[in-house]
Amino acid sequence: MSIVSASLDHAGRPDRALNADALAADARRESRGLLALLSPGLFLVFAVIIVPIGWLFWLSLFDETGQLSAANYARFFEQASYIKTFVTTFKVAFIVTGACVLFGYPLAYMLSQLPRRAASICLIFVILPFWTSVLVRTYAWLVILQRKGLVNSWLIDLGVIGQPLPLANNFSGVVIGMTHIMLPFLVLPLYASMKTIDVDCLRAGMNLGASPAATFRQIFFPLSLPGLASGVVIVFVLCLGFFVTPALMGGGKVIMWAMRMEQTTSLYSNWGAGAALGVVLLGFTLALLGLFQWLLGARATGVWSQR
Amino acid sequence: MSVENALPITHRQRLWLYTLGGLVMLFLIAPSVIIVIMSFSDSTLLQFPPQEWSLRWYESYFGSVEWRDATIVSVKVAVMTAIVATLLGTAAAYAINARTLRLTGLINALLTASLIIPVILIGIGTFFLYARIGLNNTLTGLVIAHTVQALPLVVLTVLSGLRSYDMNQEKVARSLGAGRFSAFFQVTMPQIRFSIVSGALFAFITSFDEVVVSLFISGGETTTLTRRMFNALRDQIDPTIAAISTCLIVLSIVLLSAAQLFGRER
Amino acid sequence: MLLSLAQSALPIAIGGIEKRFGGVSVLHDLGLDVAAGEFLTLLGPSGSGKTTLLMILAGFVRANAGSIKVGGEEIITMPPHKRNIGMVFQNYALFPHMNVFHNIAFPLKQRRVSATETAERVERALDLVQLKGLGERRVDQLSGGQRQRVALARAIVFEPRIVLMDEPLSALDKSLREHMQIELRNLHRRLGMTTVYVTHDQREAITMSDRIAVMNAGRIEQIDQPEVLYAKPQTKFVAGFIGESNFVPVECRNGSVWYEDRKLRMTTAAPSAGRHLMVVRPEKLRLINGEQSGDVNALPATVGDVIYQGDSFVCYATLRDGRQVTLRDYCRSDVLAKLPGPGEPITLGIDAQDVVLVADQ
Repeated sequence: MSIVSASLDHAGRPDRALNADALAADARRESRGLLALLSPGLFLVFAVIIVPIGWLFWLSLFDETGQLSAANYARFFEQASYIKTFVTTFKVAFIVTGACVLFGYPLAYMLSQLPRRAASICLIFVILPFWTSVLVRTYAWLVILQRKGLVNSWLIDLGVIGQPLPLANNFSGVVIGMTHIMLPFLVLPLYASMKTIDVDCLRAGMNLGASPAATFRQIFFPLSLPGLASGVVIVFVLCLGFFVTPALMGGGKVIMWAMRMEQTTSLYSNWGAGAALGVVLLGFTLALLGLFQWLLGARATGVWSQR
Repeated sequence: MSVENALPITHRQRLWLYTLGGLVMLFLIAPSVIIVIMSFSDSTLLQFPPQEWSLRWYESYFGSVEWRDATIVSVKVAVMTAIVATLLGTAAAYAINARTLRLTGLINALLTASLIIPVILIGIGTFFLYARIGLNNTLTGLVIAHTVQALPLVVLTVLSGLRSYDMNQEKVARSLGAGRFSAFFQVTMPQIRFSIVSGALFAFITSFDEVVVSLFISGGETTTLTRRMFNALRDQIDPTIAAISTCLIVLSIVLLSAAQLFGRER
Repeated sequence: MLLSLAQSALPIAIGGIEKRFGGVSVLHDLGLDVAAGEFLTLLGPSGSGKTTLLMILAGFVRANAGSIKVGGEEIITMPPHKRNIGMVFQNYALFPHMNVFHNIAFPLKQRRVSATETAERVERALDLVQLKGLGERRVDQLSGGQRQRVALARAIVFEPRIVLMDEPLSALDKSLREHMQIELRNLHRRLGMTTVYVTHDQREAITMSDRIAVMNAGRIEQIDQPEVLYAKPQTKFVAGFIGESNFVPVECRNGSVWYEDRKLRMTTAAPSAGRHLMVVRPEKLRLINGEQSGDVNALPATVGDVIYQGDSFVCYATLRDGRQVTLRDYCRSDVLAKLPGPGEPITLGIDAQDVVLVADQ
């Protein structure tokens, strides 16, 4: 600094870029400090997520003989088993997302209309499952839905059915279990966005002559759509790559994308094929999230910061 | 009904809504409740409601060396993950909140990547990487992989704490003579400590409940509780798992209540 | 010694400050000298750069270039905690997890002042801001005015070289704000610390300051004592921002100033040739009879509306060029007696010594 001052005195009057270098150096020092705080976390993410996924992507470009080829991807269109996996995955994702909207919207609406205290009590019913192990919840549904499980034995006792319904170890079991797991992912962002809707807007609507139903349809519902969209996107995306529930409740009959990836790599050690599946799955995920962010300017990961 | 929500609609008119909402809430909570009750059953048949009561499944859980070892592995990994993720996540959240760095969007996206990238892909990728560097079936490997998954939760929780905190306080502390670190530890941290603790608790649960990645990278002596449970469930429905599940549910309740209590003090 | 800030008060020399946010320049080649012990106010609308300048002084915002010398020592690259500058924030930024005593003791603790001396100095600071005996209170138990005083005590207890205040009174209600203005001014007179104060409230600035620097769009438009600033604004912005003003277009040719076909009488020298604006304060205008005489300039006009405001009245009139002007006068009986009605022609008079010209931008 003394050097800078000396040159100043020499110039006789304040120079236009007085101390600019020292200040720029100071700014760089601060940036480096902040970067140092970020770097351990970023390094881990880079090492454990970016590098392996990049590596897998690279592998997916080669066939079993080590030749550069699109064989790993061509397979998706040629082999019926792959096509069936994709169809199943999207079918499950659509049904589960639809069921979540159907059940989640009324719940979120009710929570948003309840007084604060009651709402925070009811919210426990959403947050507790959210933080309960997926494994525990899947196990619970296995127990409830199995042949001699809760639902079947009750229905038989009530005389509704004569034979136990096949609920677990098939498609319906997967859908029920996944709906239960995904529901909080829809309800939480939706509830948060509904809370931000100004009650005065609704009052104004009624004041202007709209019936409660019309007020809901024309004012509340459109205002809640961004929250609903973010819930729908996150649920759909999570469904596409979901593993635990279909693996345990599908009874080997419902093969979803993630299970196919696991089988291809663990069972057949076909890394190229498994990696190609992963690349396409990641592509779908990022495309959907990107589209969502582009359309609504919001981040779907918001669900994790609302509790 | 409180004034904030006072719309001219009576509770009676909303009865259908309360009914529907109540049913969905029941759907959400019933599985956990049923499992807790069944874990005290005496029967292997998992009947509900149980005919006889006993603690035999808890005895079977705590008496089994395999289950106990797996639990110890999970606890160790979760504690380490909570510590590492909280340190790294808090540091990262502070740096992001300072808003002086460029590429904040990219940094955010990277740090929260593990929330949106399909876990199965992370599992396979991590296994593939670890196979090359010998980290499969090690505690270190598990802690690193779980830290990456818990990091976004810590970052988001601490960041929301920092955003509701008045950064002017840290500035004023610095103008009053405290250096940057000193100002953080004397003024900022005491006020966001609840967010930090919540973040640590979420990191703990995330690690403890993690299934998919552990399935790939844990094994042998470092088999986690969730991996052992997953394998057991693939074979048969063992009522011991009901007892373990109950313990996991209780753990979630305890940790969530702790986070909630800390959150309220804030 | 807490009451010896006057001896430690230092002058500030600010020069060549450049600040850009992104590509936008918010401060451009800004220079400013503050005398030792002076109370200087940075006054300007929001976005004028006054708070940015204050933050640069405190060290929370880094300038792109420039120099800040306090008592001859360059501090522009010094970190905030080494600058020895007391700062009062708009929202006070008291530490909620510490009581009043520990808030005020905070700067002393950083300087490793002994416990007994700390207790003594905090006690004196509390006394000074009239909060004696409130040391054990929690911050959330204090009223707005009390918080303000704690923030002030905390900013001066360590005898800083300079005290900076960023709109410290804006969160208080009107009567308390006016009370605190007087109190702050008296405190400054007693302690004599060099103070830089930021506000957008011209009345507050005029009440408290030794000098005011009026800022607009990242530049200092004029820096002067309050009364000079009001009586002799140098730019249209200053004239418009401080007090009410009528602007009457005039033209300078052949060394004299003309309003339409009338030659203006004025006590200052005529400016450069070309178009200018005459700044006329509403209270400097008065109703006169007949034509231009002596040292009074006459402006013919038509009355638009007269509004009675209790102690005074306001008369809106239209000049012959269609321009609206405002006249304000006290409600004295002799003035009220000859008050014209709407539509009547009148003559407005302004004394030669009150004629102030600014450039027409």
